[in-house]
Amino acid sequence: MTDCGSFEKPELVCPAGTPAALRTAVDAGADAVYCGLANETNARNFAGLNFSAQALEQSIVYAHQRNAKVLMAVNSFATAPRTSLWHDAVDIAANAGADAVIVADIGVAAYVAANHPDLRLHLSVQAGASSPEAIRYYCKEFGVRRVVLPRILTVGEISAIHREIPCEIEAFVFGNIGMMSEGRCSLTNYAAGISTNMHGVCSPASAVRYVGNSDGSTSAELGPFDIDCYSAQQPTGYPTICKGRYTTPDRSEPYYAFEEPISLNLSSLLPDLMRAGVTALKIEGRQRSRSYVHMVVSAYRRAIDDISAGLQPDLTGLAALTEGGKETQGAFKTKKWR
Amino acid sequence: MSNTHFESLHDQRSFIAQTLPGLFGRVIAPLPLFPIQPVLLRIVREVTKNRPELFERLGPHVRSTFIIEVNELPFILRLCPDPERPELTAHRRSDSISHDAKISGPFAPLFDVMDGRADSDALFFSRDITISGNTEAAVCLRSALDDLDGSIVEDLMTMRGPLYAPLRFALSHLRRPHTGPII
Repeated sequence: MTDCGSFEKPELVCPAGTPAALRTAVDAGADAVYCGLANETNARNFAGLNFSAQALEQSIVYAHQRNAKVLMAVNSFATAPRTSLWHDAVDIAANAGADAVIVADIGVAAYVAANHPDLRLHLSVQAGASSPEAIRYYCKEFGVRRVVLPRILTVGEISAIHREIPCEIEAFVFGNIGMMSEGRCSLTNYAAGISTNMHGVCSPASAVRYVGNSDGSTSAELGPFDIDCYSAQQPTGYPTICKGRYTTPDRSEPYYAFEEPISLNLSSLLPDLMRAGVTALKIEGRQRSRSYVHMVVSAYRRAIDDISAGLQPDLTGLAALTEGGKETQGAFKTKKWR
Repeated sequence: MSNTHFESLHDQRSFIAQTLPGLFGRVIAPLPLFPIQPVLLRIVREVTKNRPELFERLGPHVRSTFIIEVNELPFILRLCPDPERPELTAHRRSDSISHDAKISGPFAPLFDVMDGRADSDALFFSRDITISGNTEAAVCLRSALDDLDGSIVEDLMTMRGPLYAPLRFALSHLRRPHTGPII
């Protein structure tokens, strides 16, 4: 048995990069699935992924028939003179029957509030709202109903914020963990000329090359830069600048200057997060396969149900899915995590 | 092998899936490739006919060429998923084949990805699968395969005709015990 204290059973929010992944998530026990259109309005605008308007509509029907919600991410930052692209994405979500839109840009938030007042509005992690004052501002001005917190807060800080804001909290519990200034990272721009935040893609695959070397190692290149080199047996991660290894004048050996390839896994903190007032637990990974979705969603579904029933959750077996073969509790456990 | 003891059918199937590709590769190594070519052509035509949705996710790479290099096989496969003229051909490893992207690895993980039962990112992180050339083309192919209902392996197991009986038999034994979803 586990000591749970008092909490409401949280919503399990799961990723889908394709309609097949969405159906997999729903079937595996997701309470809600988040997804986005195949364009720059979506902060996971990766090649070969995402939804057309028609696929979104069909997927929402599938989810609703099984009592699952669909949250649509329109969570990149709208740029003049192309703001109509973001407005259109919101309209598509509303017309398709999405249960909420997840936005980062205040202009897009204002558009939702003015044109779709009945459409539930969630504040994306990309907005980087991490203080009660910032969150209350979004709630007051745009009617935000839920904030997805940046991954820079301890569980104790989340609990304190919960007591000071009028909206729900959604927190990441598993998956990719990147730069701490979420929604502000411009490293990809430097190497590839396009923006994570404005074009929705970090390390676009079109700019990534893996080059085999004569010694059996592989070099990872992003645009004109070598961002890592690893031996044949060495685990690796995504080809992002923040998880590359570099030499400096002070260091002759390459090292992880920003972050290591590692995945967030808060399985052991789930009871604490629930007690802290987190309404929704979010799994990252819209770029991942339906196999990943099935395994992670199933495991977290069981864990949430077990904890809610006062049982000890079993979340072993997810390590194989982690980036670099490593996992962390990040800042949720301590600010000294690196 | 005579000392091999299987605790369960699960163990036995895993053993077959791990050893059969290598055995098959060694057996056919000295043989010419031309008997394989019509089978491969039929396979890619069947997939093209039955899975038109595959090509939407390939986007700009629908006419790209892919080399699939299975470690245990004595040949490599060249795939061009052009819906109007699909090609899947076998070539000697020594042949110089032009391509846009190359995907390499042992049979089992590549097969599991094609079957929708493994996470290709995790296999990439662990270095079981490697890619080179046009990364975007490889990623689009991965996403296209992953968005299928069921899997191409399931499709191939339904191919009719005595010519494909060995293929069906092999696939049914190569398919590993459940490691993920078939949706």
